[in-house]
Amino acid sequence: MTKRKISGSQAVILSLLEEGVDTIFGYPGGAIMPIYDALYDHDKNVKHILTRHEQGAVHAAEGYARVTGKAGVCFATSGPGATNLITGIADAMIDSTPLVCITGQVASPLLGTDAFQESDVVGISMPVTKWNYQITTPEEIPVAIAQAFYIAQTGRPGPVLLDITKDAQFGELDFEYKKCRKIRSYVPDPQIDPFKVKEAADIIDEAKRPLLLFGQGVIIAQAEEELKAFVEKTGTPAAWTLLGLSAMPTDHPLNVGMLGMHGNYGPNLLTNEADVIIAVGMRFDDRVTGKVTAYASNAKIIHFEIDPSEINKIKRADVAVLGNAKKTLKMLTDNVKQNRHDDWLARFRECDKIENEKIIHKDLFPEKPGLTMGEVIRIAGDKTNHEAILVTDVGQHQMVASRYFKFRQPRSNVTSGGLGTMGFGLPASMGAQLGAPERTVIAVIGDGGFQMTIQELGTIAQNKLPVKIIILNNNFLGMVRQWQQLFFEKRYSFTELQNPDFIAIGKGFGIEGHKVEIRGELEQGIEKMINHPGPYLLEVVIEKEDNVFPMVPSGASVSEIMLEP
Amino acid sequence: MKKEFNITVFSENHIGLLTRITIVFTRRKVNIDSLTVSESALPGIYKFTIVINSTEEQVIKIVGQIEKQIDVLKAFYHTNDEMIYQEIALYKVPTEALFENDTIEKVVRNSGARILEIAREYTVIEKTGHKEETQELFKELNKIKVMQFIRSGRVALTRDPIERLSEFLKERDALLESLD
Repeated sequence: MTKRKISGSQAVILSLLEEGVDTIFGYPGGAIMPIYDALYDHDKNVKHILTRHEQGAVHAAEGYARVTGKAGVCFATSGPGATNLITGIADAMIDSTPLVCITGQVASPLLGTDAFQESDVVGISMPVTKWNYQITTPEEIPVAIAQAFYIAQTGRPGPVLLDITKDAQFGELDFEYKKCRKIRSYVPDPQIDPFKVKEAADIIDEAKRPLLLFGQGVIIAQAEEELKAFVEKTGTPAAWTLLGLSAMPTDHPLNVGMLGMHGNYGPNLLTNEADVIIAVGMRFDDRVTGKVTAYASNAKIIHFEIDPSEINKIKRADVAVLGNAKKTLKMLTDNVKQNRHDDWLARFRECDKIENEKIIHKDLFPEKPGLTMGEVIRIAGDKTNHEAILVTDVGQHQMVASRYFKFRQPRSNVTSGGLGTMGFGLPASMGAQLGAPERTVIAVIGDGGFQMTIQELGTIAQNKLPVKIIILNNNFLGMVRQWQQLFFEKRYSFTELQNPDFIAIGKGFGIEGHKVEIRGELEQGIEKMINHPGPYLLEVVIEKEDNVFPMVPSGASVSEIMLEP
Repeated sequence: MKKEFNITVFSENHIGLLTRITIVFTRRKVNIDSLTVSESALPGIYKFTIVINSTEEQVIKIVGQIEKQIDVLKAFYHTNDEMIYQEIALYKVPTEALFENDTIEKVVRNSGARILEIAREYTVIEKTGHKEETQELFKELNKIKVMQFIRSGRVALTRDPIERLSEFLKERDALLESLD
């Protein structure tokens, strides 16, 4: 490629095109105007989605990244624009979501002078970015962008922020783009130790009651087939973390359900009966382990992980296999003996039976008059043939949707796991839809979280994004209320909401919708929503004080999982 | 059990990396007792020597988190027994008092300290050693009133016969070449 003289801002756009960026989420402002000006000439090559708030842009970029596996890209201006990105960046950091965030910054002579809309976004974002960098000269732009994409997308992915001063955007450089392929101080994929794999295989061959736990690492590594091959060869029951959801089809005979605080009865209870735990691409989050000292107490732990700092962080591993799960799982499968664990698997099915009788059936096919979240999710899943992308916000509806939606294909679940960011759902659904335009995207959101980023209805309408939004409205901050009921003597401190007319608001933005309050209208209502060609808002009024069960109370052992209050 | 650990970090020379490293400590509410940063024997590579008081379990986790930072090449931790280390202390005392009190000269001589500068109003004494030793001298000198006192962060070398960093860099270069 021959060098040519262009402006820094043009270099930003050309560099993004070199990285194959097709969608940018953003919001212009003073310090990023030169970049927006350069973008104006490229509207045929790259789509820019103007959100209604920078938080919307960053969550949309996360949604896009989660369904495509590519880095989500967002633009924001300096000062408040940049600080508004922080929640989404923190969310991406803890959920290993690749992002490249580009912020404008005041001109370099003004740095540190409290100039208009100056904020130290490099300093502010340092604890929540995988890497960040301030660019003050145009020459640095292509190199820094190349590094940003390399760092964001490789190894354990994460968010990267580039802060570009206005003078660097205006200045000129000889443009030449080279993709980054290595950085001396950064090894994204640790080398795999074949002896460790063998050691793990020997333990697995001896196991009587093995249990595999899979997390998002399987999805990030695109190791879904390798995971399936391993569990099928060894007959190992496999359970998923919230972010591992959809890495294995829900109806696979060895899929035994969801781990964690509101996960299924079997995988929680039987964690403490397993003799070997095979953890793949998961990090023993406290919502999964409950009380760590009483977690998996009878098991040898085998940990497959790409990030060395996760090994022994929470749970000491008897064998740790570092590396990309796609490769390590394949090696593991080659090393283990064919096996079956029918009696052990039957234990999970017995637990399912109990959970079904006590909880699931009542959730999915309720007989009481009030609508349940579970039946809404069941119908939405069935009506989309379990092939839709499910985007959830945070709270009760998130747990219910994750439990009951059911999936057939990977990269179908987008949720805020580690950070638990209310307001994530609506903007993330826009990004998911843009990342997978051919798929149906269903956003399930509570009435509380919906109002945190409700303005993004404007973005959805302007860009005609056909997302199907289900508001599960119980007029409460339901999860907090549930805890208040169970652990704070029903002292409902500031959890009841007076909600607006959501359908009228949707109509105000130009989005069709209707409200369902009785069971007889639910199925038809969901059908209408799915068949509607554009965006659609379905509000379902559900039982006001419904609880999510099972539940591992905070600080309790997974063995103490409660099936009822 | 808590005790003193020396964390050594080798890194590229990037603005802001010091903050990234200190965040790892502050996030876990671990106090940094001493911190020294300077260019290492290898040009362009910087060496941090960080002293903390903590449990080994926590130190291992901290080192893992530091190593995870993109611009960090490698981090090690050692106990005090595994290292040779020194701190330097400077003491400013009134010159007059030195003349009046003849034990001070003996104290300076016996402690292996040396006199850096003598002016009419003050004398600056320098002592290199472990913290207990420089502190001990402070106590002695303070009998004639120390006007100013400063102690540096720790500098430390391992007792290892080989330089682990050069070995590490060789391995890393080979790994990076294999990626091409």
